[in-house]
Amino acid sequence: MTEIDIPELALVALVGISGSGKSTFARANFAPTQVLSSDYFRGLIADDENDQSSSADAFDVLHYVAAKRLKAGRLTVVDATNLQSHARAGLVKVAREHDVLPVAVVLDVSESVAWERTQSRPDRTFGKQVLTRMHRDLRRSLGQLAREGFRKVHMLRGAEEIAGATIRYEKLYNDRRELTGPFDIIGDVHGCRAELDLLLEKLGYPAEGVHPEGRTAVFVGDLVDRGPDSPGVLRRVMAMVGAGSAICVPGNHEQKLARKLNGRQVQLTHGLPETLAQLEQEPPEFVQEVRTFIEGLVSHYVLDGGKLVVAHAGLKEEYQGRASGRVRSFALYGETTGETDEYGLPVRYPWARDYRGSAAVVYGHTPTPTPEWINNTICLDTGCVFGGKLTALRWPSRELVSVPAAREYYEPARPLVVARPDTGLDLQDVTGRRHLDYGYGRTTIPAENAAAALEVMSRFALAPETLIWLPPTMAPCSTATVEGYLEHPSTAFADMRSAGAGTVVCEEKHMGSRAVVRISREGSGDAIWTRTGRPFFDAERNAALLTRVRAAAIEAGVLDDGWLLFDTELLPWSAKAGGLIRERYAGVGAAGRAALPAALAVLDRVAARGLDVTALRQRMELRAEEVAGYSAAYRAYVRPTAGLDGVTLAPFAVLAAQGVSHSDKDHGWHLDIADKLVAADPALFTPTRRMVIDLSDPESERAATDWWLELTGAGGEGMVVKPWAGLGATDTRGRLIQPGVKCRGREYLRIIYGPEYTRPEQLERLRARNLGRKRGLALREHGLGLAALDRVAEQAPLWKVHELVFAILAAESEPVDPRL
Amino acid sequence: MLLTVTTTHRPATDLGYLLVKHPDRTHAFDVPTGTAHVLYPEATEDRCTVALLLDVDPQRLGGGRKQQASPDSFTLGQFVNDRPYAASSLLASALAKVFRSALRGESKDRPSLAATPIPLEIHVPVLRCKGDPVALFEPLGWTVTARAIPLDDVPEGHPLAGDSAYVDLNLTGTLRLADALNQLYVLLPVLDDAKHYWVAPDEIDKLLRSGEGWLAAHPLKELIARRYLAHRRAFALTALERLSPDLPPVVMKPRDPSLADLRRDAVLAALASSGASRVLDLGCGGGALLAGLIKDMRYTEIVGTDVSSKALDLAHKRLHLDNVPSRQAGRVTLWQSALTYRDDRLKGFDAAVLMEVIEHLDPARLPALEASVFGHARPTTVVVTTPNAEYNVLYEGLSGMRHSDHRFEWGRSSFAAWTDRICTTYGYNAALSFVGNVDKSVGGSTQMAIFTLPRKDES
Repeated sequence: MTEIDIPELALVALVGISGSGKSTFARANFAPTQVLSSDYFRGLIADDENDQSSSADAFDVLHYVAAKRLKAGRLTVVDATNLQSHARAGLVKVAREHDVLPVAVVLDVSESVAWERTQSRPDRTFGKQVLTRMHRDLRRSLGQLAREGFRKVHMLRGAEEIAGATIRYEKLYNDRRELTGPFDIIGDVHGCRAELDLLLEKLGYPAEGVHPEGRTAVFVGDLVDRGPDSPGVLRRVMAMVGAGSAICVPGNHEQKLARKLNGRQVQLTHGLPETLAQLEQEPPEFVQEVRTFIEGLVSHYVLDGGKLVVAHAGLKEEYQGRASGRVRSFALYGETTGETDEYGLPVRYPWARDYRGSAAVVYGHTPTPTPEWINNTICLDTGCVFGGKLTALRWPSRELVSVPAAREYYEPARPLVVARPDTGLDLQDVTGRRHLDYGYGRTTIPAENAAAALEVMSRFALAPETLIWLPPTMAPCSTATVEGYLEHPSTAFADMRSAGAGTVVCEEKHMGSRAVVRISREGSGDAIWTRTGRPFFDAERNAALLTRVRAAAIEAGVLDDGWLLFDTELLPWSAKAGGLIRERYAGVGAAGRAALPAALAVLDRVAARGLDVTALRQRMELRAEEVAGYSAAYRAYVRPTAGLDGVTLAPFAVLAAQGVSHSDKDHGWHLDIADKLVAADPALFTPTRRMVIDLSDPESERAATDWWLELTGAGGEGMVVKPWAGLGATDTRGRLIQPGVKCRGREYLRIIYGPEYTRPEQLERLRARNLGRKRGLALREHGLGLAALDRVAEQAPLWKVHELVFAILAAESEPVDPRL
Repeated sequence: MLLTVTTTHRPATDLGYLLVKHPDRTHAFDVPTGTAHVLYPEATEDRCTVALLLDVDPQRLGGGRKQQASPDSFTLGQFVNDRPYAASSLLASALAKVFRSALRGESKDRPSLAATPIPLEIHVPVLRCKGDPVALFEPLGWTVTARAIPLDDVPEGHPLAGDSAYVDLNLTGTLRLADALNQLYVLLPVLDDAKHYWVAPDEIDKLLRSGEGWLAAHPLKELIARRYLAHRRAFALTALERLSPDLPPVVMKPRDPSLADLRRDAVLAALASSGASRVLDLGCGGGALLAGLIKDMRYTEIVGTDVSSKALDLAHKRLHLDNVPSRQAGRVTLWQSALTYRDDRLKGFDAAVLMEVIEHLDPARLPALEASVFGHARPTTVVVTTPNAEYNVLYEGLSGMRHSDHRFEWGRSSFAAWTDRICTTYGYNAALSFVGNVDKSVGGSTQMAIFTLPRKDES
């Protein structure tokens, strides 16, 4: 029985004449979806599997499908005769484009067997001379396959061997996902043996043997050249690799050294002469060992279940776990733009800036003063040989450990500069139809919503670095059943009870403008923004406001060295929305208050003439009352302000701080901080009145209802009922529940539903309002926001935070009844 | 939703004959937006007043006003609006329906009175008034009193202080009743400037019918036609031509080139001399520059980008991209793109234009634009134009910036400093110039910078 080895990810080309049993072999050894048969594709194109005139188009589509499969990392088998070099070249090209290995499996049966099979198939009508020609082509092909780029060629001779063959899958050399560490990944050593020993000691590695805690050192390459003791470094690393306490990927310097040792012509520059001179002192057996060691190195590794990739010069996502010349070249040298800088050195393409992969990529190659994470990648070359330091990254803790260089061993060709992490975002991070799995759920953003959000985001919003969160929309409570009310506490409590919240906090709902405030002790990056991410006032007033918030937070003792993100309401409403109130709300009120008395006066005079207009007069009187109620409702939120005088903030949640999301804190904690701010600067901060309710206690509910009636009776907007557990509150199945439902006052709702909405027939109609969509949206935006805070806390790359914040804005383009 | 018409022509109660509504009865008519009541608060020999009171049923109102799209905007207008209170096209429609024969100037009972100018007083207690009612009504022979209605009863300095958009309108004059009613029918919606229904071509006929005898000679007939026809330009032009058929058709006189024309020409000239054939118009808006580029066959690939899909739709329509012959179709492309994000599609072009774009970006976002245009897309030539703030003193009546969306306007030194920074950071060379009239002390109205990448030296 023949076993044939095939890499787990490969493009397998079956090669054989008609009737050689390719399809049978494919069926026996591969899943149907893995096999792309030319017959099948001819059928798709031409409704006839044997229509040779459709071959060109059929192969076009076959290559296209193969490319999609390989891009996704799936083994693909091509069932076609593949007897001509141009046909095979097409397959090799597709494989190379996706950096997978092309493999040929040749099925060689005698012409007579093939002819017998062909004759038994009614759909095959070609003559025997066709088979003879095919057989000739096959003979001619056999010697060429390896030259054409097939990395493995398996020959199966005769029907029996073909039928008995089995496939054995082999892992790629770079696939070491089974190694889970913990690792200590060490940057470019460049012959600095003393520093290496110090670093290894600091990391807990004994002089010989394995780490007592089972840790594995991972070298990112460039062990040699420039430094004082390249042989010493090689000796230590080779010993560790030999002992199983280290793995190592090659750097470009090892690569060049190996070429030199193999007798190839290389330029004696960049510290290679020093290494050669040092190796002169070593016995030839050691040099031979070095050569073997370097030649055995694999250019990159995928480790820890796929979460970690190590390569000398880094590796873009599409190359990870792949094998090709260009993957190796990228891993060793990186990609250059083709330009050279002012020092004559090649300009490197900033692949890390575009990196969007989920695996962390750890690499060296480019010296930098301090390692910095850029889009989940980090360069550990801290220029030890240039007098910098030797650095290790502990994995998975991501802690950096380093030892300084004893001195500058080699003068750098260009000064080490701080690699400023490029925070620029790519349009592809946000546009088009996008699917997001944000941890609390999954969502699809329609392309047109993204398009709308793009305009708002790029024309009006603050910079993405600042805008790390946007407030979610909030659903109202279920429609009230209490006579005369559209919203009432009883349904709000019922909603929360059925969501599984045992204790809730009723917070006064401030009627102003939602404001998100970010402040830090030193004041850099501080900002205040609206619910669509716009700055609030002009720069000067914003700065003044933030200065006061900062001072209060420091005095209240809630702001230490990092930063804080507050969710607040900026009051009064007129401070931000003055124009809107004048133009829309107050205008309607003024028109109504002028028109209705005029109408009543006319009706009175008509009545005085003895005509009956009682019913009409009553309707007009009712309208006048409704307009008065409506006017009183918006007037309550209008107060004169001058500059910042009269502007206040009502904080009600502390969303996050440096390195931590506060979604796990209960509302008692949040409100306690809010109270401290109010105490520190009562002129700036407005307190949030609240009541904590035990939902199993009817008495408690009744008290809260009275409280709500009192609040709204005095012109308040209403209240928000929130699960006491906080922003991250979940139901019994661990799913997020609404972070709050609003319960708005009867009079307040006149400015939403119109002055006359309280008429019984109107209320009846409005009760049919559908809340499902709004609730879904509120929950989705809430989850996206929490996920953004989580990502900020774990210092995720900017694009990962921004895509969520952008998604919140895009969700706001959903058509939802604006009155909800 | 209320207007009254009073006459002192004796016998004043003849008003009832003219309107075909008996003064001693109440009348109610169902109209599409509610119930129209015709009532007489006063009916004597000396003086008779008829009131048209439209009791609007808010349930029957659709979303009449245009809804704005941005999330910050007021989207509740559909539910909270002034239509039940203010005189508007709703009231005008009701007027036309209940006083149909009077509007036509017909009267079975008093035909000669209908043809005679009589003393009239018209009162519209609440009229949403955009513009000057005096200018509209005075030329028709009315004495006009328009009292602005205050927004609220609050002291000076309060956010609700000042006038509302509504006036209490009184007209007195001696006119045919039909003329008076037709004028109200046309001019109430014109002053309100927000029609509650879709304007179809038959509105032109309605306008001409109602305007018979007074509109042709009205000094503001263009404004009236435009607003009455809901700003549909083609309709308004047709109406005006039909209104004065003996006049030669309106010919646009060649006008002096505007600053926008000069700017476009300067940018086109800069592109032409750069030798570019593949060009980007970043922030193309409605496609003013693209139109110029398309005419010039030296440009083999033209891409317009804008962040607003609405602007792109407009450009698509204006450039007739749906009807481009297929051989030409690939030449012009419109993409939505935002200059604060990197966009790989923009790489590899010969030239890019940022015409009056940068000033629409908050200064804090400019570095992102710079990185994406000069750092990432990196065309060989970049042409930038932006206003010269120093020149603003020469614009009479301009206080602040030239456009409400401008986030900044730079003087000459700020622009020069910015171009210097671009050159240093991204390795471009820049040449600065002005577009338009150049003043000795403050420079030109528009500043232009042409950035070029130095050619790779052959070494």
